[in-house]
Amino acid sequence: MELSEHLFRREAGRMVATLTRIFGSDNLALAEDVVQDAFCRALEVWRFRGVPENPSAWLMTTAKNRALDLLRRHRTARTYEPELGRMLKSEWTLAPTVEERFSDNAVEDDQLRMMFSCCHPRLPDEAQVALMLNILCGFSVDEVAAAFMSSHAAIEKRVTRAKKVLAGSGKLFDIANASDFSKRLPAVQRALYLLFNEGYHGASPEAAVRADLCHEAMRLAALLLERPLSATPVTHALSALMCLDAARLPARVDGAGNLTSLFDQDRSLWDRQLIAEGLKLLELSAAGPELSEYHLEAAIASVHAMARSVEETDWGQIVSLYDELLAIRPSPVVALNRAIAIAQHQGPERGLEEIRRVANADRLGNYPFYHAALGEFELRSGRDKIAREHFIIALALARNPMEQKFFKQRMDVCGDSAPPRA
Amino acid sequence: MSEFAFLYRGRDTTASPEQMQKTMEKWRAWFAELSAKGHIKDIGHPLEPTTGKVVKSKQKAVIDGPFAEAKDVVGGFTLIEARDLDQAAELAKGCPILEVGGSVEVRPIQKLSM
Repeated sequence: MELSEHLFRREAGRMVATLTRIFGSDNLALAEDVVQDAFCRALEVWRFRGVPENPSAWLMTTAKNRALDLLRRHRTARTYEPELGRMLKSEWTLAPTVEERFSDNAVEDDQLRMMFSCCHPRLPDEAQVALMLNILCGFSVDEVAAAFMSSHAAIEKRVTRAKKVLAGSGKLFDIANASDFSKRLPAVQRALYLLFNEGYHGASPEAAVRADLCHEAMRLAALLLERPLSATPVTHALSALMCLDAARLPARVDGAGNLTSLFDQDRSLWDRQLIAEGLKLLELSAAGPELSEYHLEAAIASVHAMARSVEETDWGQIVSLYDELLAIRPSPVVALNRAIAIAQHQGPERGLEEIRRVANADRLGNYPFYHAALGEFELRSGRDKIAREHFIIALALARNPMEQKFFKQRMDVCGDSAPPRA
Repeated sequence: MSEFAFLYRGRDTTASPEQMQKTMEKWRAWFAELSAKGHIKDIGHPLEPTTGKVVKSKQKAVIDGPFAEAKDVVGGFTLIEARDLDQAAELAKGCPILEVGGSVEVRPIQKLSM
């Protein structure tokens, strides 16, 4: 029995959500301990016995038994989620109540409840997202830091603080309250967007393309689409964007495991079904007056999806979509992508001009694709030697072997002048 | 060929779920390799990590334990066949537990001399 990719991470989120519902939001650390214990046991047992037929069920049952054990042992010492507390205090109702919380429907509800709980209004957006990735998606602090291109210390501080706020709120978010629900929805959407990007761009050193993570974000977004209150035009735009980008995943890595840029991808590998689904969702997203960044990014992805080749791409339209996107979300990475589109539309010299104008370019200093873009523009302008220097920097900043290989390959295109001394 | 017991010590309670899954895959690969090379006499058993009793002395006192630190918990054992102690120790170097702060105790199983 093979473990599906990222199974532990996904199950961690599910188990913590359910256990926190049982133990209460102020006992999050206890829930996390129980989950960690379940994984340790899985490791200890499975290495000798093999992976069980249904590993998710095995983990859930292990967590449930441990929870029951703890609840029995500390019955009077702990405070529980107010709603469930009474049921958990009597031996007659304890086991059936816990059993019920571990049913499939309840686990799904608990994920939604946790998603919204993490987006507490007292927390800044970034902290909400970090918390969600950490608790609900099973990301370690390091993995969250990689997704955010931030430091371990900064994220640890952010997550620890956020957990305190979550604990301090006394109870989990009430998903039945419509007005609160709508108010929190944007932060939830943002978190899913970042989760998707972490999968798509893969800053973590383990694998460049983690389609499973993208699918995870898509699965959680689908959870939002299933409920009338959260199935808004913006949620549709977000899901459209995910489908249209994910459609390109099969072409992002070639047969030899090389990362392939949009410009060199074999477009026959793009997932037509996902493109069709994305376009349908994009249509549904046009229902309201709001034009979100997800609408714009989905629109950009749809222009790519519908173009048969790089040459046939409507780069003019892409540039103007980036203009609008930059107005809504000014970020150096967006500005960088806009510069790349301009280079495509009006030539590499214009691209260089735009890239030099990027505000906060220093924040891009550690982003390898910033240097790679400079390299591409210089290369296309015929300045191979300068281009090579840029790819050397990109190579030094590469976050995984696949990126290294990619930048190395770009370097080689620039000819083989002697490498500069370090 | 001689027989050896590998005792696996240590429990990584800080790894992320993703890392745990990776470690799991490494264990599978390691055992598969040992098995392919004919070194596994008995893959062995996991040991319950947090409960147990120790019965001691003439008084047959039964106490709870051993409650070792996470790094000292024996999580399981395997019976290995190897040429000699050196080869067994060499084989143990491939154990994934070493990458997560654990250790492998390699103990020859005593032979009855004829």
